[in-house]
Amino acid sequence: MKAAVIVFPGSNCDRDLKVALTQSMGREPAMVWHGDSELPDTDLIAIPGGFSYGDYLRAGAMAANSPIMREVVRKAESGTPVVAICNGFQIATETGMLPGALLRNASQKFVCKDVDLLVISENERFVGGFQQSQVVRFPVAHHDGNFYADADTLDELEAEGQIAFKYVTPEGEITDEANPNGSLNNIAGIYNKAGNVLGLMPHPERLISEVLGGTDGKTFFDHLVNSIV
Amino acid sequence: MTEITKEIVAEHGLTEGEYEEVLKILGRAPNLTELGIFSVMWSEHCSYKSSKKWLKTLPTEAPWVICGPGENAGVIDIGDGQAAIFKMESHNHPSFIEPYQGAATGVGGIMRDVFTMGARPIANMNALRFGRPDHPKTGHLVAGVVSGIGGYGNCMGVPTVGGETNFHSSYDGNILVNAMTVGLADTDKIFYSAAAGIGNPVVYVGSKTGRDGIHGATMASAEFDDDSDEKRPTVQVGDPFTEKLLLEACLELMATDAIVAIQDMGAAGLTSSSFEMADKGGVGIEINLDLVPMREDGMTPYEIMLSESQERMLMVLKPGREEEARKIFHKWELDFSVIGKVTDTGRMVLTMNSEVAADLPVGPLADAAPEYDRPWVKTPLSPVIKPEDVAAPNDLGEVLLKLMGSSEIASRKWIWEQYDHMVMGDTIQRPGGDAAVVRVHGTSKALAITTDCTPRYCYADPAMGGAQAVAEAWRNITATGALPLAITDCMNFGNPQRPEIMGQFVGCIDGMRSACNALDFPVISGNVSLYNETNGTGIHPTPAIGGVGLLKDITQMTTLAFKAEGDIVLLLGNLTGEMGQSIYLREIEGREEGAPPRVDLAAERKHGDYLREMIGKGLVTAAHDLSDGGLAVALGEMAIAGKIGACINLETDLPLHAALFAEDQGCYVITVRPDDLEMVRGFALAEDILLQNIGTIGHTDLKIDGGLTISVDRLRAVHANWLPELMSRPGSE
Repeated sequence: MKAAVIVFPGSNCDRDLKVALTQSMGREPAMVWHGDSELPDTDLIAIPGGFSYGDYLRAGAMAANSPIMREVVRKAESGTPVVAICNGFQIATETGMLPGALLRNASQKFVCKDVDLLVISENERFVGGFQQSQVVRFPVAHHDGNFYADADTLDELEAEGQIAFKYVTPEGEITDEANPNGSLNNIAGIYNKAGNVLGLMPHPERLISEVLGGTDGKTFFDHLVNSIV
Repeated sequence: MTEITKEIVAEHGLTEGEYEEVLKILGRAPNLTELGIFSVMWSEHCSYKSSKKWLKTLPTEAPWVICGPGENAGVIDIGDGQAAIFKMESHNHPSFIEPYQGAATGVGGIMRDVFTMGARPIANMNALRFGRPDHPKTGHLVAGVVSGIGGYGNCMGVPTVGGETNFHSSYDGNILVNAMTVGLADTDKIFYSAAAGIGNPVVYVGSKTGRDGIHGATMASAEFDDDSDEKRPTVQVGDPFTEKLLLEACLELMATDAIVAIQDMGAAGLTSSSFEMADKGGVGIEINLDLVPMREDGMTPYEIMLSESQERMLMVLKPGREEEARKIFHKWELDFSVIGKVTDTGRMVLTMNSEVAADLPVGPLADAAPEYDRPWVKTPLSPVIKPEDVAAPNDLGEVLLKLMGSSEIASRKWIWEQYDHMVMGDTIQRPGGDAAVVRVHGTSKALAITTDCTPRYCYADPAMGGAQAVAEAWRNITATGALPLAITDCMNFGNPQRPEIMGQFVGCIDGMRSACNALDFPVISGNVSLYNETNGTGIHPTPAIGGVGLLKDITQMTTLAFKAEGDIVLLLGNLTGEMGQSIYLREIEGREEGAPPRVDLAAERKHGDYLREMIGKGLVTAAHDLSDGGLAVALGEMAIAGKIGACINLETDLPLHAALFAEDQGCYVITVRPDDLEMVRGFALAEDILLQNIGTIGHTDLKIDGGLTISVDRLRAVHANWLPELMSRPGSE
C-alpha cells in the first residue's frame, strides 16, 4: 500500500504522522510539498496537524486554497480514503470536503491532553480496529477545535452515521466535563457522506507505543492500513 | 548631524567614564549611530560588565563538553556521534510590560540560539516567577506569559515539556520569564559564529527589519519605575510561523557545506550579531545598509542597527554559494540579501546612501567593554530553625491539605495543558514529574531535562541556595534514572550597583561552583539578567538552573508515580527536621525565616549515584526527591500520580511534623517490589547509605501512622484546584 502525507509551510505533525504510518505500513509514505500540483499514485492521503501558513486569516483557510488541495479534493471525490488530523481537519472543512467548522476553543485557551473518545458510527475502514461504543484514548493539542455546524447539518450528521468520535468520560458518558473545547454534541471527528474522508481533532499518531503512554493510535493505523491493503 | 550632548549620552545608559573610553577608542566624538552601537554593546545585557568577573569562576569543562559558554548555546556529547545543544535565557523586562509578546519572543529567541548552531530543537522548558497570587497584576501576567510561551512553541512544533513556577511578593514588580531550549545535532555538523574568509559574502536572512524593539537591551539593563508601561514600544513582536520557516530553511542549508559562520540576531540585533561574528573571527565587516530588507520606509542607520525585529539571522557563506542558499530561503518564502563582505581591516564599516554611517574598530568595542569589580557585601546569615523551635500543629492532615493546595506546591497542570508537550512524538515523560524525558528520535536513549531554583533559599543564604539549585537539578534528573551531564544558568538579580545585591550574586555563584564541581555538572551556557528592581526593591536572587542528563536506555526510566499495591516505600537519606525557609513555616506559621536546609554535596552525590545504579538494575519502581513541603508532600505527589494510596509508618526521633515537612536535601522516596527489597538494602549497606523502610503502597488513602489519613482523591482535588481557581478570578484573563 502507498500513502501520501501533505506538507504545508507550518505543518508540524508531518513527521509524527510519517512515523506512525511507517510503523503500520512497513514503508514510508510519500511526503508531498504543498506547492506541487500533482499527487503521486496513492491509496491513502493524510493531512497532518500544525499551523499551516501560521493560521493566518483562519486556521486552515489558506492551506485550503493551495494547489495540492484541489488535487486532494478531486481524489477524495473519486473515493481515495483521506484522514485529516487537527489542522488537517480544519483544512478539510475549509475546502468543503467535510461539513461544519472548527471555532476557537470555548475556554479561549490552547489545550493539550489525552482525551477519551467514544467510537460512534460503524465505518469498517477507519474504526474497524475498535468495537462500536468502545472508549479509546488519543491526545488533543489545539486552539481551534470547537466543532460547529448548523442545526440541520448536525441532525444530518447524527442521522446519517457520519459522527466518528465523541468526547466522553473514561466510562463512556457524553458530558460537558469531558468536552475539551466546547464542540457541539461533543463531536471530535466526522466522516463525509461517502464515508471515505475522516476528519478528527485528536491525534492518533501520538499514542502509538507503550513508551509514549498508549497504543490506541497504533491500533487505529494498523487497521486502516490493513483495510486498505 | 545630531550633536552628542551629555543628555544624549545619559539617555543611552553610558556613564561619563564609559563615554570617555568611547572618545579614547575613536579619537573623536561618535555620531549618533556609533553612540547607539556603543550603548547596546556595552549594556549590561550584552557585555556582562558586572557579572563577568564572577561567571569566569564557574566550572565549564568535562570530557563530554564540546562547547562551553561563549557561543550561541553550549554543546555536550551524548554518544553515537550526537550532541545535545542547549541554553536558557531571560526575557524578564519585556514580559512584565507586554506578557504575551515578551514571553513569546523569549521562546523564539532561545530556539534561534539553538538552531543557529545546527541543532533541531527537540524540547522547550521554562522557569517562571510571578508576584504574590493576590497581587492585582498576577493573574493577568500568568495568563499572558503562559499563552505567549504556548503560542510560540506550539506553532513551531517543538514540545514544551515542563518547567517551574513560583509566586512571591518580591516579583510583584519584576516577573521572571526564563526560557530554555534543548536541540539535537550531529557532532560533526555544529555551526559556530566566527566570521572568516576575507571577501566572503555576509548574508542577511529571515524577516524584514522594522522599528520594533529598539533599545531592548538597554531597557533590560535598567530598573523599572512607575512609568515603565511607557516602554511598551520597545517590546518586540514575534512571528512563530516565520521562525518555523527560518528553522527549516537554515537546517536545509546546513545540510550542505555552504555556511562559514552563522549568528542569530537577538538582543541588539544586527549590531550585536555583526560585531560578535567579526570579533570572534578577528576580521572586519563592511555592510551596505541599503541592502538590509526593511519593513518600513525611511529607517535610519541608527534604527536599522538597533532594531530587535525577530526571526533574523546573519551568515557568512563560502564564496560562490549565494545562489544555492538564496534558492532555499526563497523556497521557504524568506528574505535573503547579500548585505556586505568580510574584510581584513578589523573595522565595522556601515554605509547608507553612499555615505559612511559608522566606522568603528571591532576589537576594542567588543573586547574592551567595561568590566567592573562591583563592591559587594556578604549576606548576613539567618539562624537554623530546629525542629523543637516549631510547635506541633493540631492536625497534620489539615497541614498536608493546606500545603498540597498552596501556591508553591499546587499542580501546574493549568499551565502545561496550554503547551503542546507531545508534538514530535518523543515525549516519554510528560510535565508534572521530577524531570521531563524526551527520547532522542529514532534511538532507545533519551534526554532528561529540568529547571530548578528555590529563590527563598537563595535570599536567606545565597551560597547555600546556589548550591541547592544545582543539586536539585542534578537530583531531579537522577530520579528518572538519567545521568546528569551539564547545566545552563539564568542569573536573575536586582541592581548590581547595590553591594548587598552584588553580594547575593557572588554568594550564589560561590554555591553553584561548589555544587557543579562536586557533582561533575559543568555550566555550558547561560545568561545574566540584572536590574530586576522596581522603585529600589529587588527580587529574590534567582539563579535558575536548567539541567540536562542522558538516559542510555529508555526501558530503564522511572517516574514518581506509585506503581503497584504491595510495593515497599523506602526513604533514602537522612532527615534533620530543620524547618528554616520551609513552605510549612510560611504557610502554617506565616514566617519566612531561618537558614535554608543544608546541602551536603558528598551525601548528595552518594545518594544520587546509588539511586541511579539501582534504577539501572531495574530494581526501582518509582522515585521522587524531597523538595518543597518535604517528605509528606513527596508521598502525596507520588500517590496522586499513581492514583493509589500508601500506609506509612515512620520511625524517627524527630517530632513527626518536622520529619514530615522539613525540606531535607539529598533525600528521595523510592519504591521497590517486595522481592527486591533485600537486594536494594544490601547495596545500600555496602555503600553505608541510610535506607529506611517506611511503608507499603495500597488502598485509596495516604495513611501516616500517628499523623494523618487522607483519601488520595481529596489530595488530588486540593492539589489540582488551586491554580484554576486563581486564574478564574475576574481580571485574570
